[in-house]
This record gives sequence, C-alpha cells and structure tokens, in this order.
Amino acid sequence: MTEIRVPTLGESVTEATIGKWFKKAGDAVAVDEPLVELETDKVTIEVPAPAAGTLADIIVKDGETVAVGALLGQITEGAAGAKPAAKSEAPKPAGKPEQKSSTTAPIAAGPEEVKSRPADTPEAPSVRRLSVESGVDSSTVPGSGKDGRVTKGDMLAAIEKAAAQPTPVAQPAAAIQVRAPSPADDAAREERVRMTRLRQTIAKRLKDAQNTAAMLTTFNEVDMTAVMAMRNRYKDMFEKKHGVKLGFMGFFVRACVQALKEIPAVNAEIDGTDLIYKNYYHVGVAVGTEKGLVVPVVRDCDQKSLAQIEKDIADFGRRARDGQLKIDEMQGGTFTISNGGVYGSLMSTPILNAPQSGILGMHKIQERPMVVGGKIEARPMMYLALSYDHRVVDGREAVTFLVRVKDVLEDPERLVLDL
Amino acid sequence: MSYDLIVIGTGPGGYVCAIRAAQLGLKTAVVEKRATHGGTCLNVGCIPSKALLHASELFEESGKSFAKMGIGVSTPKLDLAAMQAFKDTGVDGNVKGVEFLLKKNKIDAFRGTGRIFEPGKVEVKGEDGKTQTLETKNIVIATGSDVAKLRGITIDEKRVVSSTGALALDKVPGQLLVVGAGIIGLELGSVWRRLGAKVTVVEFLDRIVPGIDTDVAKNFQRLLQRQGIAFKLSSKVTGVDASGDKLKATIEPAAGGAAETIEADIVLVAVGRVPYTEGLGLKEAGVAMDDRGHVAVDAHLQTNVKGIYAIGDVIAGPMLAHKAEDEGVAAAETIAGKSGHVNYDVIPNVVYTYPEVASVGKTEEELKQAGVAYNVGKFPFTANGRAKVNMTTDGFVKILADAKTDRVLGVHILGPDAGNMIAEAAVAMEFGASSEDIARTCHAHPTLTEAVKEAALAVEKRAIHM
Repeated sequence: MTEIRVPTLGESVTEATIGKWFKKAGDAVAVDEPLVELETDKVTIEVPAPAAGTLADIIVKDGETVAVGALLGQITEGAAGAKPAAKSEAPKPAGKPEQKSSTTAPIAAGPEEVKSRPADTPEAPSVRRLSVESGVDSSTVPGSGKDGRVTKGDMLAAIEKAAAQPTPVAQPAAAIQVRAPSPADDAAREERVRMTRLRQTIAKRLKDAQNTAAMLTTFNEVDMTAVMAMRNRYKDMFEKKHGVKLGFMGFFVRACVQALKEIPAVNAEIDGTDLIYKNYYHVGVAVGTEKGLVVPVVRDCDQKSLAQIEKDIADFGRRARDGQLKIDEMQGGTFTISNGGVYGSLMSTPILNAPQSGILGMHKIQERPMVVGGKIEARPMMYLALSYDHRVVDGREAVTFLVRVKDVLEDPERLVLDL
Repeated sequence: MSYDLIVIGTGPGGYVCAIRAAQLGLKTAVVEKRATHGGTCLNVGCIPSKALLHASELFEESGKSFAKMGIGVSTPKLDLAAMQAFKDTGVDGNVKGVEFLLKKNKIDAFRGTGRIFEPGKVEVKGEDGKTQTLETKNIVIATGSDVAKLRGITIDEKRVVSSTGALALDKVPGQLLVVGAGIIGLELGSVWRRLGAKVTVVEFLDRIVPGIDTDVAKNFQRLLQRQGIAFKLSSKVTGVDASGDKLKATIEPAAGGAAETIEADIVLVAVGRVPYTEGLGLKEAGVAMDDRGHVAVDAHLQTNVKGIYAIGDVIAGPMLAHKAEDEGVAAAETIAGKSGHVNYDVIPNVVYTYPEVASVGKTEEELKQAGVAYNVGKFPFTANGRAKVNMTTDGFVKILADAKTDRVLGVHILGPDAGNMIAEAAVAMEFGASSEDIARTCHAHPTLTEAVKEAALAVEKRAIHM
C-alpha cells in the first residue's frame, strides 16, 4: 500500500484544492502517471502516482481543500481488477509517524488532533433528515462531534440561526455573498461557478495592490523601427543558432534591466518603514492561460544573454499553458512586464504585482504617422505604460525610467554598448 | 540499560499500557508482584466471578426453566469442586494470554514487588528477597486497588471473606451475609444464592448499587428480592463475632438504634476498594496523593513528578478494568508524544447479575442536579418480541436525551444481556449521537437490541411496539 500525499507546494503555500481526479478508485495506474490535479493560490499542479498498481482509495474528493502532506489516496500493488475493499482513513496531519524514535520525553500537552471532518464521513441520520427538511446544507455547519462531525444539536442550532438572520447560513464564513437575488426569470439563466483558487488569489492580490500602493501610471511611446529591422535581419540566424524565435520580449527585458539599474527605486520595495533596494533583476513576465494570469519569473536577467531570456520565456509560456509551472518559478520577481499588445490593447494601466514597485505595460504595435526630420512618416509605434508605486518612485524617476526604455528600444545598439 | 517505560502492575490497565507503549516503539518493561499477570481483574475479580456467574446461572436455569421449555432433566446436582476447576481453567487461559501478549510485544517482565526508588529508577524485590534496580525514562503506576476494610470486622478469607475468598469457597454456605450492596456484593451474593445459600445483603445507604440510576436500582432490587435475596438497607454491620460455629454479625440501623444479630456461615465484606500504594515509595519519590488516598494526576495522567504517570484504580474515578485500559492506552500515547485521551463521560458500567444492569453516561439524578432539561425514552422488555419468546422479560431500556439538542446523555439498561447491549449506546454517545440517530439506525429483528431502538423512539414519544 503506497500513500499518495500532497507534495510540498513551495514557500508560503500551505494548502490546495483538489481540482480533479484523473483516475477513479479501482483504476490501474503506472508510476509517475498524473493522478490528481491540485489548485493552489499560485499554480495548478499534477500529482503523479508514486508507485504502479491500483488506485485503491480516493480519500479527498474534488473541490475539497487539503493541507501540505495530507493523505489524498492510496495505491495498492497489483493490477487493476483487484479492487480491495477500500478502508477509508481520515487524512492525518502530516509528519506523525506511528513509530516513535528514542526520544520519549513526554510532550507536556499532547498535540490535539486536528478537528477536520474526514471527507467521506456519512451524515448521522438525524442530520440527514434535518438537512433535507430545512435546506441547511450540513457540510457548511461546523461540527462539534468526534473529529468535527456534525451532530443533531449542531444542525438544530444552525437551523435556528438561519431562521433568525436573513442571510443564508449555508455559506461558509469565507464566502461572503451580498448579491441581491435576481428576478426569477433571470435567475434561471444565470450560471454560478465557484472561483478557482487561482482566480480567488488574483482577485485578492490585485485588490490588495490597489489598496496598498499609491499607484499611478505614466505613458510614453516607442518607435519600433530599429528593433523590428534588427529582428527581421537576424531572426533566421538567431533561431537556427539558439533554437528559439527572436521575439520582442528579450529586447524589452534587457531594456528594462538597463533602466532599472539607472533608476533603482523602480526595482525596490517597501518593508514597513524601510526601503529594500534589490541589486538583482528578476523580471516577471505575465502569461495569460485559460485559467487566469500567471507570472513566471526570469531570474538574473542582467546576467543572461538575450537569447537565454528568450529561451526562458518561451519555456515558461509553454509550461504555463500546460499547467506545469512550479511554484518557486513564480516567486521572487522584482519587476514585471505585462504585454496586453498580444490581445490588441492600444493602451492600459497595469496593476502592480505587489510588493513590487513597478510594472511595464507593452501594447500593440501600430503604424502611426510620426514626424521624423520635419516630415510625416508611417512608423510602427507602441505605447508604453509604467504603473508605479509613488510611495517609492518619484515622478521624475518614473518618467526617466520609461524614457530610458524607449531610448534603448529605439536604438538597440545601446544594449551592446551598455548605454 | 535504560527503559523508555516501566509499568508497575500488570492488571488490565498496566498490561494494556505496556502493549500500547511497545506498539509505539518504546522500550518497555513491566513489574508484577503476583505469580501471574492480569492483576485483580483476571486473577481474583472480573474474570473468575464471571465464570461462577455463568455456571451458577445455568445451574439455576436448568433446574427452573428447562421443564417449561420441554427439556426434561433430573434435578441438577452441584459439583462445586468441578465448578471451581472450571473457573480456574478460565482464569488460567486468560492470564496465560496476557503473558503471551507481553512476550509477543517484546516487553520485559520482572517478577517481584516494584518500588519507585527515585524518579527514573524502579527497584524490584523478588520473592527471594533479592533486589535489582531498573532505569527508565518514564514510570506508570498501575498498582490497582485492594479490598476496603471495615472497622470491627477482621477478614480471615475463611469465614469472613473479601471477594477473593468468596470466589474460592469450597462449600456452599447455608447463610451468606453480604456487607455492601454494590456490584461485587450483588454479583457474588447472586452466585451463592443460585447455588443454594440464603443471602442477606446489608447496606449502609437507603438504596442498592449507589451511582446507578435510582429508577433502575429500585426495579433491580425488586427483581433480586423476588429471586430470594434479602436486603437490609440503611443498616451497618458493627462487628462480627467469630468465636462460635456460626458467625454472629451485629447490625445496627445506620441512623442509630437497637442492634440485632444475624447468624451466618460466611460473611462477605464488599464495601468497596481502596487504592493500593503501599510500599511503592511514592512519598520518597515525592508523588502527591489526593485526600482520599489516590495518586493525584493531571489531565494527561501525569503525577506532579515529571515522568511518573498513574492509571486505573490507583487514581480517582470509577474502579473499572475498562477505564484502566483506556487510561493505559492514553498514558502510553502521551509518553510517546502522541495525543492520548480518555473520555470519562462515556465509560460503561455493568453489573453482571441476572438480569444485568448496564449504564453509560448520566443518571436522571445527575441531570436533575445539574439542571439539564432532558427527555426520557423508556421501553420495557415485556414489549420486546425476543424477550417474550425467551421468557426473559424483566427490565427495560431507558434513554435520557437533551431536551434541546436531543443528544443522548445517558442510557440505562436493566435486563438480560444488558452488558453487551450497552456497547451500542457507548459508541453512539462517543460520536455525539442524538436519540433520533439511534432510532433511525436499523436494528436486527428479533433481538433484544430492538428495545434500545424503541427506547430511542420513545424519547420523541413514537415507540412502535408500545
């Protein structure tokens, strides 16, 4: 019998929601075959089978929340078909092996077992009846019984509470819903979908950033002629040599690094009453996926060649779409670049990726009439936006930063010369 | 060599504690003074008394009820020596079982009297007077209890006996006087009455089986009287004159008044048990006691001395083997750094007479005293199909449930097989069940357990068969 447990999810991630089991109990599984998808605050990951055999038991079902190390299920040896009577066991807190080492010093107060209701706990008969009759979902009622089970008394109290207050008690405390009911006609045509953890996290973090930072946006525009010409000239050679397409992102990342070096405040963050200036350049590159936005981080961009940066970004993009990004690959960014241009955005005000102090918004390249040397010429133009935290970054610095990015991109030789 | 744990005493608390500790990987030893493991329970308590209760019940049954069922037997003849041998075989099997379990779990067993030399050191004094000192990180005191003595009465275990002597009589007494109407007195009184003794039970209080629900106790007393046991309540035995062929017991009203003398062949002193801590060196080790002579422990069964724990009869609480076992497990788990816990609210209590009395949780008196509003559901065995055909319709099931939450607060059964049936109630209460939960749980037909379900239904006044 091999246990399937929630793997370590990365720093500051302590719990996950079961997205979906790919296998059902009794299915044969091969070693390393993906078994179940876990959604965390940051990423969706797949848990592979730790051993080959038969998935004997699914202990935590779709949609339930589990802690790191929690028991998800078990694999028995042997081929499919041999489906043993699954013995369900409550998920135990991790790290409590039965065998004790030689240290026998008693723990003054034995650690209380975590009171979490086992996933497959059936309702007591009275609870089942009351749940059906009252409409109060017993799974939302805090249980006072053994291992957090809901007792009849718990249900009666919950029903009483529901009757006393107009808001439905059937909602867990976390999900506060204040939405007024829709007219019956419309209600039938609405669809209520639970937010994924990723979406909940995005929502929370974006709003937190808005609430915390003194955020504003400065704009500029860049003439992409030189970069595009360079790209056209070298793209085949580049791809042949480096095995990756030459895009614009590499140029932007390098341009930003150069500007960050000149304006360190944009690469800084606030910690209480201190400012932390970072002498390293980890640039987050926002990638849209079907589940939401993720921001993998290209580390030490100042020490990487443009080709290496392009390679990293391409790899992240591919893996982000497949849900294969690791959590530590999305942590530790010092600055972020968001490219709304790929969807056609002409101008936008990106929201900071807290606790960072700056985010560059790239946009669509559009031929616009520009005055060059006294004459009107059609030039491939892109608006640039820098949203920044005014608590850290002065207006002069923000504008200078954007001008520096513009200068480098309009004259990419500066990249070579470090100007 | 040093142990992780030494358990002093291998009664049901001690040996269970040792096995659990060994399961958790602790290097464990036990110290036992008796020649055999199992303590009072297995050697001179629960187990031998149940052997005699079983045999004597069948003896009586065969003489009384067989003819009605169409089983023709001549008047059964008692061979007391054989019955005692039957008892001894049962005890032997049980104590050997414990020895096997200790070996299987690789627990070292030291024969001798244990004394806590100092915290972390246990001295074992063998029969031959030789001593050895064992070192250990933790100690569990599981020395159990001894018969409580009564002023003015000297127990000789021949004619004036404790439960130990009453289990080993070689002759059925003509007259047996039982001092104390508790569990031990009534069980052993029942044994000898069935085998032919005329039994009188003297009790200081105005009721029998103190601690049991009064409603149950009253009905129980009526049934025992119908069987031929005489009761003298609110009375005390002030002395036993053993000078003549017959014992002469002096009995006075508890409130004072004129004394009377009752003659008896055997006097059984069954007024309770007291914690056994003699010679254990607790004082020297600095272990604190409570004012009633129990070893004082905290919620984790640890004494005031770090690393010294105590369980079972030697600490406060009901003197029951299963209470000691659960404490043994909890202590072992605590010592191993886990979360050991005993739910003292759900400890069943059984009197193994006929009919049996079994209870778990609160009595009506306790609920009234605590001011808890409760509902009562009661169902008599006269209305239970199985009890009817068996002609064992004495008694009833009573369920007490919280008036507001319907949570089961107490279950009391007077009736055949009550001791087995109470297990269902204990599981239900452990899980915080309501009476409705029991009522909505399917019970097999035809069984006596249907009476439990019907009593649960009766809480909400919807019993079917009444």
